[in-house]
This record gives sequence, C-alpha cells and structure tokens, in this order.
Amino acid sequence: MDVRLSPEQQALRDSAAQVVDRLGPHAVGELDDAERSAKLDAAVAASGWRELRTATHAGGPWASGVEVALVAEELGRGLADVPFLGPTLAAELRRLAGAAPAAAPETVALGADLAALACRPHGAPAGAGVAVDALGATAALVVVPATGGHTVARVALAGDRARLDLTRPTVALDPSAAVVALPDGGTVVSDEGEARWTALGLALTAADLVGAMRGAVDLAVDYARDRRQYGTPIGSFQAVQHLLADAFVAVEGSRSAALHAAWAVDALPAADALAAAAVAKAYAARAARTVCETAIQVHGGIGNTWECLAHVFLRRALLSGDILGGVGANLDRVLDHDGIGGARGLR
Amino acid sequence: MDFGDSPDEAAFRARLRGWLRDNDPGLPASSTSDEYWAGQAAWHRSLYDAGFFGLSWPEDIGGHALPSVYDVILDEELAAAGAPPRPSLGYLVQGILEHGNDDVRRRFLPGIVNGRDRWCQGFSEPDAGSDLASLRTRAERDGDDYVITGHKVWTSYSDLADWCLVLARTDHDVPRHKGLSAFRISMRQPGIEQRPLKMINGITREFGEVLFDGARVPAADMIGDPGEGWKLAMTVVSHEREPGELGYVARYKKVVEELAATVRAAPDRYGPEQVRDLGWAIVEAEMLRLHVCRRLSDRLDGISHGPEGSVDKLLMTRVEQAVGHAALTVGGAAHGGGDDTWLKVYLYSRAQSVMGGTSQIQRNLVASRILGLPT
Repeated sequence: MDVRLSPEQQALRDSAAQVVDRLGPHAVGELDDAERSAKLDAAVAASGWRELRTATHAGGPWASGVEVALVAEELGRGLADVPFLGPTLAAELRRLAGAAPAAAPETVALGADLAALACRPHGAPAGAGVAVDALGATAALVVVPATGGHTVARVALAGDRARLDLTRPTVALDPSAAVVALPDGGTVVSDEGEARWTALGLALTAADLVGAMRGAVDLAVDYARDRRQYGTPIGSFQAVQHLLADAFVAVEGSRSAALHAAWAVDALPAADALAAAAVAKAYAARAARTVCETAIQVHGGIGNTWECLAHVFLRRALLSGDILGGVGANLDRVLDHDGIGGARGLR
Repeated sequence: MDFGDSPDEAAFRARLRGWLRDNDPGLPASSTSDEYWAGQAAWHRSLYDAGFFGLSWPEDIGGHALPSVYDVILDEELAAAGAPPRPSLGYLVQGILEHGNDDVRRRFLPGIVNGRDRWCQGFSEPDAGSDLASLRTRAERDGDDYVITGHKVWTSYSDLADWCLVLARTDHDVPRHKGLSAFRISMRQPGIEQRPLKMINGITREFGEVLFDGARVPAADMIGDPGEGWKLAMTVVSHEREPGELGYVARYKKVVEELAATVRAAPDRYGPEQVRDLGWAIVEAEMLRLHVCRRLSDRLDGISHGPEGSVDKLLMTRVEQAVGHAALTVGGAAHGGGDDTWLKVYLYSRAQSVMGGTSQIQRNLVASRILGLPT
C-alpha cells in the first residue's frame, strides 16, 4: 500500500490547478465573461481530460478513476464553468457498451431526482429526466432495459436550463423527445458494468465536492484574515476559528475517502467499488453542505449577497451532492453491502 | 497511488491472518470493561512473541523496522478477526526514542515494547489540564536522586503500572515551559498513593489519581535533558493524537461489526433511525481507516509529525462518538436490566473529545498552525 500520488498524477493535478486558476471565475461577475469561459473550455478540450475514460484498443479506459478524480477535484475547487463530469460519464457509458466515442458534445441524463441514469423502455418517448453538466451538449445518453442489463441510447437536448449550479447547468429532457439508438448499436451493459459506472459517477462527484469544499474554505479563511471588527481580524476570534477548523477537518476526512473511492473504481470488484464510492459520497455530501454553509456564515452579511462566491460553491456542492444520490441513498448502499436493509427487506 | 497490498504486504497479511485464527483471546474492545485490561498484558505479550507488535519501530528495541503502513494491515486484520486492538503505546515509545539518550533508550524501551514493563503517564494535574505548562509537581535534586512531590490525575492504568512517565518542575526560575523535566519513576515504592477514579460508564480500573509525596527517582532516569520535559510532552501528545499510532481503527471496526451482526441477526427489531446511526458508524470507521492509510503513506517520504495530528484527533473523535451513538441506539441502554455493554461503549466515547487534548484545543491548533489565522 502506498497511497501517495505518483509523479505523473501530481503533474496532472498541478496542470488542472493551473488551468483553472488562470481561466476559472474568481468573482461572481466573471461567470458572465463569455470570452474567459470560452478560453477555459478550449484549455480543457486541448488537455484531453474529457477523453480520459474513452476506450483504448484493448477496451479499457486511458486513465484510472484516480486521474479523472484529481481533475474533477481541481475543477470543483476552481468553480470551472465548463463541462467535465457529464462528458466523462457519457464516455464511460459508451466505453462499457462498446460504442464509438461521441461525435458531438454529449452528457448523460438522470431520472428526475438525479438518483440514477434515466431508463426508458425501447420506443418510448424520453419522459421526465434531467441532463446534468449539459453546457454545450447536444444530446444526453439514457439507458434502455435489455436482456442481461441495459443498452445505451440518446436523447437530443433542447430544454430550459436550470441554474441551481451557476457553473454547470442542468437541462430537463423534453418528455416527448425520441429515444434514439446509438448509430453503431453497442452491446448490453451488464448490471456489474453499470455498478462500476455508478461507482465512477459517485467517486467523481465526491471529488468535485472535496474540491468545492477546499475552495469554500480558502475563500472564508482569506476573508477571516482580512475582515476586521472590534479593531482586529475576525479570524482571531475562537468562535470563527473553530467554525473554520471544523470545516478544514471535514475536508480532510472527505478527501481520504474520496481518494480511495477513485482508486476502487478500477481496482476492486464492482460491488466493493460501489460500496467504497458510497462511503465517500455519503461522507462528502454531508460535509459539503455544512462546509459551504460555514463559508457563507463567516462572510456575514456579505456572504448572503449574490456577489460573494460562497453561494456559488454551495450551489455547486448541492448539485454534486444530488447526482447519483446524496447522503440517504449512499448510506443505503453502504448498509446493503454489509447485508443490512435494501434487498433484504429491512426498509 | 495504490491502496492494495504489495507482494510482501500480502504475505504478511496472510501469515497474520493464520496466526489470528488460533490466537484470539476473545477480549472485548478496549476501555469498555475492567475485563479488557485484566487480559491485555497477556494479549500484548502474545502479539509480541508472535512477531506482530512494534512493526514500525527500530529492531534494537524489539521492533521490526517495517514501514508504518504495516500497522494499518495489523489493525485491519485484528478488526476482521474480531480480535482486541493492539496496545496503544506508540506515543510513549516515540517520546523516548526522540528525547532519551542511548542509555535511556536501551534500558527503557525493550521492556515497553515486549510488554514486560507496564507504564503509565503522569502529565495532567487538578489545576493543569489544557494549560499543562502550569503544572506544579516538583522534582528536587537530592544526591544522585530527584525527589518528586505533587498530584497527578487522569493517569490511565496507574494501579497496574510498574513505571510512570512523570512530568515535573525542576527549575522555578525560568519561564514555565522551560522549567519542566521528564522522568521514569518506579510506581512500586513508598511515597506514592493511588486513588482510582470511577468513570461515567462505571469502570474503575482505567483512570486514577496519583499522589507523589517524597517518591524517589535516580537522576539517570531523567528522559532528555533538564528542561526538556515540555518538548517531550509535546512529542508524546502529538503521537497520542494519531489514530495510526493508537491502533484505534481496529477498536472502532470491531464495535461496528458487532453492531452490524446484531442487526443482521434480527433485522425486524430495528427501525430507520437505528439503522441510519449504524450506517454512519460504518462510514465513519471506514473513513478513518482510509485516512490512516493516507497519513502513513505520507510518512514513507519521511514527513514528520506536525499540526495535522490535531486534524486526525478531531476526525478520530468524531468517529468514536458516531460509533458511540450507534452503540446507544442499536445496542440500547439496557432499560430492562441485564447486559449494559453498549451503554458503556457510548458513555466511554464522550472522553475521546477530552483525552489527549480537548477538541477545543485541537481546533485552536488547526486554526493557528494550519489555517494561519491570527491569534
């Protein structure tokens, strides 16, 4: 066991950090700077990070869950307002189905509660569903019941953008839109493959949560050092220090679990990978809401204004928390893996 | 990055697992009953004699000089076997290794590691808790000896100890942190009075008060130089804050698995609230295992102990108290009488946010030393 990052992994993380520090939004107003976000999108596209889970000749992914999670964490920390999670999960789904990579920007569609992939019977209209991380995407992948698992299909996107997360819009599916088979068909994704896909999605959202928490803590610590009341920085007061210390500790625990989840995606049997991901996601989802709320609280009145970045972190964390299930759904997964609840009829 | 075993680690794990099959003494997790401590000395010697204790410590004191990640494997396998956790002595060993001279290390450490010598730790006093540097126990030179006078409290297992690592003031003319020295003093002599303290869970064997009234210690048994006591104490408490050093992952996992087995055996008896508390206990204990993996891997680079020990202490505390809550809701409070083991586990968990430095002090340290907030 040696859970230190390899030199290559450190370089990848540093590279992602540099890109987002240079081109990510550093103030709420910069979210509307289309020139900046286009440059960030171009830099991410040029990096090839969105293709890390496409298939090599042998069928496996180009990079492990660890590399993808390192990028996700840095993009979350820097509030990157360009797609990453959506295209990565779409690429993974295509890889598992043995389908060719997408020709146009693409994401995945989840059910209305975001808890799992949208699933439609063959030939039915799209129905209720939400495409996540859908900026610039022209289509979203859904799954169709098939013997031994699911096949993968796509739905064209044209709906309203929801703006819970100011950096990653979601788009409701047009309920009457057609579910279209992939041009090259693809094969059935087994339940085991889908469990591994879910593990990747949970590991990536957990990593994004860790990043968002780190960004929120950095923002609040900087503010607490600068903001003065009673003639002294508010960061000198124990009441404020203890809020921030608890936030930092929550990030560290989340990070340890999230790194393991990212490693487990490709290294453990699918059921264990899913349980590892659920541990990380439950822990990080609970932590992230509290940590981001702390960042707002430390900013006082300013933290409750639109212009303060603290709510942008909170909004991003709320979305990442909900994608593929938050605290409750993942505690259930953990318990089920330990033989409690779930299919055993406890609840 | 790899959470999996190397070939050497896998071989060690297999050998350990085989040994545990035949050598589990069947003790409860530590600190929930007086029964644990009664059997702990034999368990320590048994682990040591089989070559499974002191894995990361130097060979000349009885250790095995392995990377500290082997401690994680030990804890995982102890938990998986339902065996008792390893004795928590790392902070004592590290403090003496770092501050003792060659003579002290050679004379003191092997007996600690092999379990033949039992030690307790005399730091806190009735008026010196979080403000440890205000302690008033005196050590006065008398020929080749020092004479110790003072009152120590929260001294774990003092009644079973052969020796005490005592912190005492040797110089009253320098600033308070600088006048302290550390000694190994025999507990088997006149001039020492012991008073057990009954804790909130009813156990009587763990904590005690120790009154030193003219107890003697040879000057050669000072650990470190005169005035080095504060630095030694800080080394000891920084290691005492680390779950990897303490082996507590095994302790928590053992309790969690027993609770999970209880629910699996009769699922209809447990409602959503109880199961949710159990779910959090599973998640928290697993998080701590992974966090220890990360910390001990960082140590492969030779990164020394710093303020991150306070982060780990706060995480560990949250885990122990989440496990305690699960013990209370799943195990119950024995309203109808009978076995109140789970109630005891819960009540004991409240001490974790106090012992080894309160959570409030740990938060102060995180804020100032890691976040760089002004004081």
